[in-house]
Amino acid sequence: MQAQAAALSAVALDHATVAFGLAGQSVYTAVEKATLGVADGEFVAIVGPTGCGKSTLLNVAAGLLKPASGAVRIFDAPLTGLNHQAGYLFQADALFPWKTALDNVALGLEIQGVARAEALERAQAWLTSVGLASFGNRYPHMMSGGQRKRVGMAQVLIRNPRILLMDEPFGPLDAQTRQIMGNLLLELWSRDRKAVLFVTHDLEEAIALADRVVIMSAGPASRIIGDWKVPLPRPRDIFEVRLQPEFHALHREIWTVLKDEVMKGYAQSAGTGGGI
Amino acid sequence: MSKIGLFSLQLLVAVVFFGLWHLLTTVPIGGKPLLPPFFFSNPVDVASQIVAWFASGVIWKHLAITLLESVLAFAIGSFGGIMVGFWFARQPRIAAVFDPYVKMINALPRVVLAPIFTLWLGLGIWSKVALGVTLVFFIVFFNVYQGVKETSATLIDNARMLGMSERQQLRHVYWPSALSWMFSSLHTAVGFAVVGAVVGEYLGSAAGLGYLIQQAEGTFDVAGVFAGMIVLSAFVILIDLAVTLVERRLLVWRPVAVGQG
Repeated sequence: MQAQAAALSAVALDHATVAFGLAGQSVYTAVEKATLGVADGEFVAIVGPTGCGKSTLLNVAAGLLKPASGAVRIFDAPLTGLNHQAGYLFQADALFPWKTALDNVALGLEIQGVARAEALERAQAWLTSVGLASFGNRYPHMMSGGQRKRVGMAQVLIRNPRILLMDEPFGPLDAQTRQIMGNLLLELWSRDRKAVLFVTHDLEEAIALADRVVIMSAGPASRIIGDWKVPLPRPRDIFEVRLQPEFHALHREIWTVLKDEVMKGYAQSAGTGGGI
Repeated sequence: MSKIGLFSLQLLVAVVFFGLWHLLTTVPIGGKPLLPPFFFSNPVDVASQIVAWFASGVIWKHLAITLLESVLAFAIGSFGGIMVGFWFARQPRIAAVFDPYVKMINALPRVVLAPIFTLWLGLGIWSKVALGVTLVFFIVFFNVYQGVKETSATLIDNARMLGMSERQQLRHVYWPSALSWMFSSLHTAVGFAVVGAVVGEYLGSAAGLGYLIQQAEGTFDVAGVFAGMIVLSAFVILIDLAVTLVERRLLVWRPVAVGQG
C-alpha cells in the first residue's frame, strides 16, 4: 500500500462493516472491517468465493448501501448518499428495455440536461467506440448478451465518471466473449485511466485486467485477507498475458490463499458445516 | 401448420357448425325438425335479419352507441386505474389502508351495480359507461400496481447511479414499466369495457347492441337475438384487432415470444 500514499485516493474504505437485519433479532454480518484503498487511475480487482460480500463492498463504495460502522471516503471527502462521481456497471442486465441502444446511452446525458440532439450525437460516438455503430436503433432484447454489456459500458462511460465500479460485469457471458470484453474494457480504460473497482470470482480475469488483486475470505463476516500487486506491463492483451510466466507465478501464489476460502465457501453453502 | 391450412380448418369449423344448425332446425326427421325452429331459429333467418339491419342502416346507430360507451368506459377506467395504481404502489401506507375495501369492491359482481347507476345517471349512455368503468378500472389498477411494485431493482439502482432524480425515475423507469404491464392486460380490459356497455344496455336503455338483443328477446324473436349476438361477436373481434395493432406499435421494444400472436 506504499504506492498509494503518493497518488490521490479515489475510494477509501476504512474499517467498513456491513450488516443486514434478518427476520427476528439476528443480524447477518456480510463484510467485517474492510479497509481498502483505490488510488486515482488504479485498476483494482476484488476476488473471493461465492457469497463473500464482494458486491456488498461495491455497493458501499457506490453509496447504495450504508456501512453499519466504519467510514467511506471518495476523493478524500466523506461519502453521504449516492456516490455521484462513480459509474456502476451491474452484473444483471440494467439497460432500459423500452429504450433503443442509442437512447439508453444518451439517457445519462439527457438527465443531466444536455440537449437531446447533442446527447444523441455523443451517444452515437460512444456506440462506435464500443463497436456497435450500426446498432443504435435496436432494443435490448434484439441484442446478444455481449452487445448489451457493450451498450451498458457506453451508458456508464458517457457520463465520464471519475470512478468505475463493476460488479462481475462479464459474469453471464461465454468465455470468448468475456475475453473480448476484457480487452475492450482495457482499451477504453487506457484512454483516461479512471479509478476502477472490479469485482469478479475469476482469478485469471482479475490478474489479467488489474493493477492490484484483493482477496476476500469466505462469508459471513468476510474480511480482506490478501492484496497483491500485478507486475505485468501495460498495455496488455488478455489473450497474450495469460501465457507469460509472471502471470502463472502470481496466479499460483494467490490461488494457494484463495483455494482454502473457496472450499470454506462451498462447505458453508452446502449447509453441512464442513466435510467436503 | 401453414397459414392457409390453419385458416381453412378454422373455416371448416364454422361451416360444420352452421350446417348442423341448418340441418337440425329445417330438415324434418320423423315428421318434425329435431330442434324446434321457434326456440332455435335457423341460419338463413338470422342472416337475413343481419342483412336487413345493415341494408336499412338501423344497426349503425346501435353500433355507434355501443362503441362510444365502450371507448368512454375504457378511457376513463384505464386513466383511473393507472393513476390509483401508481399512487398506491408508490405509497405503500395508503395501499395498506385501502386494501380491504379494494378487495371488497372487486369481489362484488358488477351487475348488481347496474340498477344503482341507472338510478343515479339515468337511461342514457353514462350509466353504461359507469358499469364498464367499474370493470376496466380494477383490471388496469391491479396490473399497474403490480407493474410499478415489481419494477426491477437493478433498473432502479442503475437509474439512481446514472443520477436520475425522483421525477426522472418516475418518467424513465416506473412509468414505462407500469405501461407495459397495463398493455399486457389491454385485451381483457377492452373486452370488459364492451361487456359493461352491452350488459348495461341490456338491463335498461333505448339504444345499443344490448338494447337490440333485449328487444328481440322481449318479442320472442329468436332470430333477432342470434343476429344481435353475431353482430356483437364481429364487433368485439374488430375492436380486438384494433387493439392488437395499437399494441404492436407501442410495444416494439418487447420481445415477441415464439409461437404467440
